[in-house]
Amino acid sequence: MLTLAHFLTFGAILFSIGVAGIFLNRKNIIILLMSIELLLLAVNMNFVAFSRFLDSMDGQVFVFFILTVAAAEAAIGLAILVVLFRNRQTINVEDIEELKG
Amino acid sequence: MPNAIPIIEIVFYLFSGVATLAALGVITSRNPVYSVLFLVLTFFSSACIWLLLEAEFLAITLVLVYVGAVMVLFLFVVMMLDINLTKLKSGFASYLPVGILVAIAMAAQLFILIWATGAGSQVLEYGDADGSNTRMLGELLYTEYLYPFEIAGLILLVAIVAAISLTHRRRPETKYQDPSRQVKVNRDERVRLVKMDAEED
Repeated sequence: MLTLAHFLTFGAILFSIGVAGIFLNRKNIIILLMSIELLLLAVNMNFVAFSRFLDSMDGQVFVFFILTVAAAEAAIGLAILVVLFRNRQTINVEDIEELKG
Repeated sequence: MPNAIPIIEIVFYLFSGVATLAALGVITSRNPVYSVLFLVLTFFSSACIWLLLEAEFLAITLVLVYVGAVMVLFLFVVMMLDINLTKLKSGFASYLPVGILVAIAMAAQLFILIWATGAGSQVLEYGDADGSNTRMLGELLYTEYLYPFEIAGLILLVAIVAAISLTHRRRPETKYQDPSRQVKVNRDERVRLVKMDAEED
């Protein structure tokens, strides 16, 4: 017997793994971007589950928009990454400290 | 009469288990190429879970757009960059305890929240199918959410322009036309009248 809580738990597990990924791979920008994709997937999972159990399509519309924005974000992030690598020959976060952020 | 084999449950636990293990593989694998491939597996398993939740259009979109386009883009970039992996992995062990601690604390908080608020009493039931999922989503998108839908298209356009203008490289040796200079040119720059004496003989 599957309940709403099963799907929300699965989303929570994915979200926690994504957060752990940001902590563990804080030097590698590619894995950081992939962890962000994991976080967005967890959020989408919750939206779809709530949409199914509340019997409302609005949640799925939101997932649609999140997918759009995530695709745009991935494209721009990877473009910045390519330019960065072309200029610096590194993608290590610690080597990019000129901004003093 | 209840089913003898709980097929829905088996499918859910199978795909969520695969997705969880693949997500762990994404953040722990040594080679970024394997990370991307594990992420593909995570997305695919999640798409199957979405099929269980009767979100068919989004499940197919996840496979087509994410696995087919975004992940391939990731794979291109990962394979194109020649990166020093050992240096990037150097802090992994030192960050491991705090990463696991934060993840477990966050997961525990979420679990308490989910299971204490009565979400466990809402059982997934399959009634009669009430029309096509794609049709319902489309009707909502093109009426109530028309304006956000157009803004989403604009965001994609901006992303295309930004990505191309960031990565486009002008090579000095290649010949190209500059339309603004072509338009702005006037007669004096192109035509030079030379006055010379008529030659005899």
